[in-house]
Amino acid sequence: MELTGAEITIRCLQEEGVEYVFGYPGGAVLFIYDELFKQEQVKHVLVRHEQAAVHAADGYARSTDKVGVALVTSGPGVTNAVTGIATAYLDSIPLVVISGQVPTSYIGEDAFQEVDAVGITRPCVKHNFLVKDAKDIAATLKKAFYLAKSGRPGPVLVDIPKDVSNQKAEYSYPATVSIRSYNPQVQGDIGQIKRAAQLQLTELVRLLGAPCTNTLMGLGGFPASDQQFVGMLGMHGTYEANMGMQNCDVLLAVGARFDDRVIGNVAHFNSVPRKIIHIDIDPASISKRVKVDVSIVGDVANVVSDLLSVLNSSKQKPDAAALKDWWKQIAEWRSANSLSYKNSSELIKPQYVIETLHKITGGDAFVTSDVGQHQMWAAQYYKFNQPRRWINSGGLGTMGFGLPAAMGVQLAHPGATVACVTGEGSIQMNIQELSTCKQYRLPIKVIALNNRYLGMVRQWQEFFHGNRYSQSYMDALPDFVKLAEAYGHVGILVEKPSDVEGALKEAFARKDDLVFLDFRTDSTENVYPMVPGGKGLSEVILAEDL
Amino acid sequence: MRHIISLLMENEAGALSRVAGLFSARGYNIESLTVAPTEDPTMSRMTIVTSGSDDVIEQINKQLNKLVDVVTVMDLTDGDHIERELMLVKVRATGNDREELKRMTDIFRGRVIDVSDKTYTIELTGTEHKLDRFLQAIDHTLILETVRTGASGIGRGDRILKL
Ligand SMILES: Cc1cc2nc3c(=O)[nH]c(=O)nc-3n(C[C@H](O)[C@H](O)[C@H](O)COP(=O)(O)OP(=O)(O)OC[C@H]3O[C@@H](n4cnc5c(N)ncnc54)[C@H](O)[C@@H]3O)c2cc1C
Ligand SMILES: Cc1ncc(C[n+]2csc(CCOP(=O)(O)OP(=O)(O)O)c2C)c(N)n1
Ligand SMILES: [Mg+2]
Repeated sequence: MELTGAEITIRCLQEEGVEYVFGYPGGAVLFIYDELFKQEQVKHVLVRHEQAAVHAADGYARSTDKVGVALVTSGPGVTNAVTGIATAYLDSIPLVVISGQVPTSYIGEDAFQEVDAVGITRPCVKHNFLVKDAKDIAATLKKAFYLAKSGRPGPVLVDIPKDVSNQKAEYSYPATVSIRSYNPQVQGDIGQIKRAAQLQLTELVRLLGAPCTNTLMGLGGFPASDQQFVGMLGMHGTYEANMGMQNCDVLLAVGARFDDRVIGNVAHFNSVPRKIIHIDIDPASISKRVKVDVSIVGDVANVVSDLLSVLNSSKQKPDAAALKDWWKQIAEWRSANSLSYKNSSELIKPQYVIETLHKITGGDAFVTSDVGQHQMWAAQYYKFNQPRRWINSGGLGTMGFGLPAAMGVQLAHPGATVACVTGEGSIQMNIQELSTCKQYRLPIKVIALNNRYLGMVRQWQEFFHGNRYSQSYMDALPDFVKLAEAYGHVGILVEKPSDVEGALKEAFARKDDLVFLDFRTDSTENVYPMVPGGKGLSEVILAEDL
Repeated sequence: MRHIISLLMENEAGALSRVAGLFSARGYNIESLTVAPTEDPTMSRMTIVTSGSDDVIEQINKQLNKLVDVVTVMDLTDGDHIERELMLVKVRATGNDREELKRMTDIFRGRVIDVSDKTYTIELTGTEHKLDRFLQAIDHTLILETVRTGASGIGRGDRILKL
């Protein structure tokens, strides 16, 4: 069957079962938009900025385990998308980003809206393609989806010149794909695999009887309400999690890459004689930052289930006496109560807002966040019991991620409760998406912890730069209530601690409305505990130390 | 330590820049890099000479393997292998120097491949070390230009890098 490149592109998306494409049109993708218009199966969501298109596709992917899809035009469309692509890359999120390119005969001539999309994105994609002939589109898109979701997932960019999208070619969608140089460990429905993995992980932790901690990206992977959970570890992790990491005899790391925000100073981390077992799908993650004693390359789901069957059939059981002593030690660290804070009747404490959010939503919401102090408080105080509920940018730490990601989550889960925890700084990096939310009637609850500061920056300046608050005060803030209203939403200003719960209840009762809650929080509050950059996990600043 | 890594990759536009980009993005050294298509025209073979601690070399091998265009990687330094590099040197060759340069070229088993009334162009193949020694052996004020390919490497005997 002869079809144009644009028709082929849309057919491929249909074949892949793509439900939503997040995008923004422009000259180089006009043929593709024309084909989108002619069908109904693949729905298009018109964002207000290409960065938001990629974050929305990303939020969709994180909350479902399907591949997120974004469509942008050449030149500025691509450059705007780069932050979104890099965000997905650092957190290993499966995306296919389709970009328009100037016609093939113009490439390299500094044509109107030409950028080298493949070159610009090369360091922040799992792989990318420039398609030079319409006959290659189907095979390329098939490969793109396969690469995005197999093995260690990641974003894949497919750059399609305008003439190629208008060129006719024979079309058939390939049934299978193989890339001779690429041999991923997992294929198939990653969503199902991961859900199975979480149950098995819980079983494994129970069997071992040991304390369990999660990284920022892992929260929800093990139920936070479980007795064996000691909270998040790392820079803003709990005292018991970090002391446990530093002092354990054996550490079993399951799909975690020993990031610097997780282990602090490497030499300090290595200064104790613990043994490390590391399970990871990516051989390059193993012994990258920390030498491990036993490495197992494979998918968590397979490895954990194998481990379980070996352990279940083994006569060896965990040493009960040793475990008892260990838990006694953990209990002692726990009693430091490192997440406690002093609530106030005058000033709204950000921690209190998150705790109340948890209460009002029954701990069952999808929570996206931006980047800063509010992100850490959400991670610490919203106790996630299920995976894929906590959606945030960990690796790149992209301010502006929260709202567009929430759009993707809400579209993937219509009817579900979706909250976006943000700061007055971050929200302004993609505030224009309030307009998209209106257009698609997305009843997201925006929980702005408005401390009138780039709070995370202010905190570092307070601790490490002699209280010199260089450019971290957010002056001339808009009236967020009026702003929300201007976009056609509901805004609520909350200034008193006694109003927090009522306002949250009111907001969540409005099932069909986007409600923007502007909480004026204590601007001097800091995130504790804190392991300062470059320090060891036990060299922690606790709230009472100051 | 110095390592020589051989790899097969897709003979596609952009594949080379993925490898080069990996080295610059992650701060790895490249001492030399050579690449050309193989007997199978869909594939290119690359030889990279690099240096780093054992940990860095391990990461370089793993990161290269991760590139989708890279088909297979072998660290030649892990076993017996042969390395060769080609060098062309243009020297000022007048008067007595002509005889002396010809003699040195013979000792190093090179060849004079271009002659003018004032210059010789000498072709020399060997290990990096041998080429360095040749440059040290001749009067360096006579050197007009040198061009070197960087090392190519291959395993000895049964050590074969194939798909
Ligand atoms: C302001 C700020 C503060 C932060 N503070 C903290 C902090 O206090 N604590 C903290 O933990 N983080 C913190 N982070 C996040 C941190 O930067 C990292 O993003 C995060 O710790 C990485 O977590 P991870 O290694 O679990 O996940 P990822 O970075 O997603 O890595 C996942 C690993 O698992 C592997 N993998 C993926 N899928 C599979 C599979 N199916 N089977 C096997 N292996 C698989 C991958 O290859 C990779 O090695 C902070 C970020 C910001 C922005
Ligand atoms: C795009 C981007 N620019 C800069 C930063 C550096 N940064 C990290 S946190 C932060 C402050 C965020 O302020 P706000 O959104 O108000 O959150 P708060 O920390 O006050 O809760 C900044 C500027 C970043 N992470 N992302
Ligand atoms: Mg703020």
